[in-house]
Amino acid sequence: MDLMEFQAKTVFAKHGVRTTVGAVVTTPEEARAAAEKIGGRVVVKAQVKTGGRGKAGGVKLASSPDEAEEKAREILGLDIKGHVVKILNIVPAAAIAEEYYFSFLVDRANRNYLCIASAAGGMEIEEVAHTNPDAVAQISIDPAAGVDEAKAREIAEAAKYPADVIDAVVPEIVKLYEVFIAEDASLVEVNPLVKLEDGNVEALDGKVTLDENADFRHPDHAEFEDISAADPLEAAAKAKGLNYVKLDGSVGIIGNGAGLVMSTLDVVAYAGEEFGGQKPANFLDIGGGASAEVMANGLEIIISDPQVESVFVNVFGGITACDAVANGIVQAFELLASRGEAVTKPLVVRLDGNNAEEGRRILDEAGLAGLERVDTMDGAAKRAAELAAK
Amino acid sequence: MSIFLTKDSKVIVQGMTGSEGTKHTTRMLASGTNIVGGVNPRKAGQSQDFDGKSVAVFGTVADAVKETGANVSVIFVPPKFTKDAVLEAVEAEVPLVVVITEGVPVHDTAAFFAAAQATGKTRIIGPNCPGIITPGESNAGIIPADIAGQGRIGLVSKSGTLTYQMMYELRDFGFSSAIGIGGDPIIGTTHIDALKAFQDDPDTDAIVMIGEIGGDAEERAAAFIKENVTKPVVGYVAGFTAPEGKTMGHAGAIVSGSSGTAAAKKEALEAVGVKVGKTPTETANLMREIMQGLSK
Repeated sequence: MDLMEFQAKTVFAKHGVRTTVGAVVTTPEEARAAAEKIGGRVVVKAQVKTGGRGKAGGVKLASSPDEAEEKAREILGLDIKGHVVKILNIVPAAAIAEEYYFSFLVDRANRNYLCIASAAGGMEIEEVAHTNPDAVAQISIDPAAGVDEAKAREIAEAAKYPADVIDAVVPEIVKLYEVFIAEDASLVEVNPLVKLEDGNVEALDGKVTLDENADFRHPDHAEFEDISAADPLEAAAKAKGLNYVKLDGSVGIIGNGAGLVMSTLDVVAYAGEEFGGQKPANFLDIGGGASAEVMANGLEIIISDPQVESVFVNVFGGITACDAVANGIVQAFELLASRGEAVTKPLVVRLDGNNAEEGRRILDEAGLAGLERVDTMDGAAKRAAELAAK
Repeated sequence: MSIFLTKDSKVIVQGMTGSEGTKHTTRMLASGTNIVGGVNPRKAGQSQDFDGKSVAVFGTVADAVKETGANVSVIFVPPKFTKDAVLEAVEAEVPLVVVITEGVPVHDTAAFFAAAQATGKTRIIGPNCPGIITPGESNAGIIPADIAGQGRIGLVSKSGTLTYQMMYELRDFGFSSAIGIGGDPIIGTTHIDALKAFQDDPDTDAIVMIGEIGGDAEERAAAFIKENVTKPVVGYVAGFTAPEGKTMGHAGAIVSGSSGTAAAKKEALEAVGVKVGKTPTETANLMREIMQGLSK
């Protein structure tokens, strides 16, 4: 889960990282009040979970409460790479002397942690890394050893931070590592990390990605959940414990196993090229179990999506045999009928693998309205795309 | 022959007495796996019956290894306890630890992987994976043993159900070993580790490699293939249509920016001579042609 800037800074502050959380507002009037309270010049910052806010006009300086209100009005509702601005962070304008880049992240390739640090901050770090790789230090971190003061000093020196900030930056690095570990973050990024005119070092911005697998030891992370931003269908699916992602095509997809479902999306998109560019409407992985209830919940979400014209159920019976899956589908139809929701959209089912014959027989005997059985993945995808185009 | 797992493997199960552990221990035993014990500190000294076969329960991995000579541990414990379970197996120097558990925090995986690296005695497969099967010999994990039999194709995959799908498509040829390495950000055994093992395995003639979006493991595997793999390799990558920045179930299957896309992976693999199928079926057909060519 990605955090917004003010949330990231809140987490930083909790671990003693020097930062300014500022005020969090949702209306221009609140922005004015916050600016009045802070006094002097403020920065009005859009809170969206994407980069490039500055370029998109989502970060603006205001020299008075009037101006803060005006800038807030401009920024609220702005669409930044598909993220509509609903929340603003109002912070005092900092007296910045220099800007640096800093991050800790999980390093997939080396299967440990990586620190990326550079004295060249404030810009796109990818670009700096590309044009001047020597200016970007990449320091491998052994998870068993972690980052103590000595390691932090090594990082600060490798990053070529100026000698006069090293003493100030070292404790911040140690605390940022504490954030990375203690909060179960897979990314902690500070861009820019700034040297203020008074010589202090502060995290002016923050980007944190939390590992949802670790939620069991962080009940407090639930507050960061941005329910308002989620698609209503995604929110409904989440409430039912379904692994669902809304896409914008017309073929509803249900499958078992993340890899198979991803593959199903691809196969449907290929097949859809023939039928006027039909595309998958969603990702939905019902997992290995594929019980009747999960199947019914999944179908319910998918058929409630007005964009869906046909549904493709793609199940490979591995651990769960196909007969159990077929029974699940039959019961799901019954369950939906009992909830007063009939399946009115055509359904293409492909069952293969463990006990496929029996599963197919069960479906055939049930004679469910609108359900077609196609026994190969590619063939079923084609049929589902064809039905969606009708 | 095969990779990592053979008929001589002596397997213990951590979390055997739990519901998932019990279910899959039953299945592993039915497929001929030599399961020599389970681990549960609260049930030490007892035994558990699996369709007439009694399996001893030990209090610790160390005890189980000492008593049985076990050299493989399969882990089914819940995510909260996975780190400690793997660390226990690493400390007991179990040579192969297969972590089936899904939902392990990445920092926990980083910690137990670092511990295994430090001792240099343990290979970890997973977490969040279906495990490894050497058909007809041994099965450490949850891959259904009846999909395909013994043969000369090696299979390595990030995804569980795509592993099953591919085994099913190629069941007429069979497999030397099939390994699901999992899709988490940090995994104990990578595509490269498996490719290397299959290249060195005299009973593997050709390799199927299944990847998916996220990270750059497939790109690195491509570079490895170019330098080190002489056996034919066929590839498949899932996630061409996955939108940027959305997680598709696997923690590893997330695309952000231009790297890690399915297209980039396909391109990297094709550049080193790996034939990449558009769909699982097409991929299987590419392998079929290769196997038919080899048998001529």
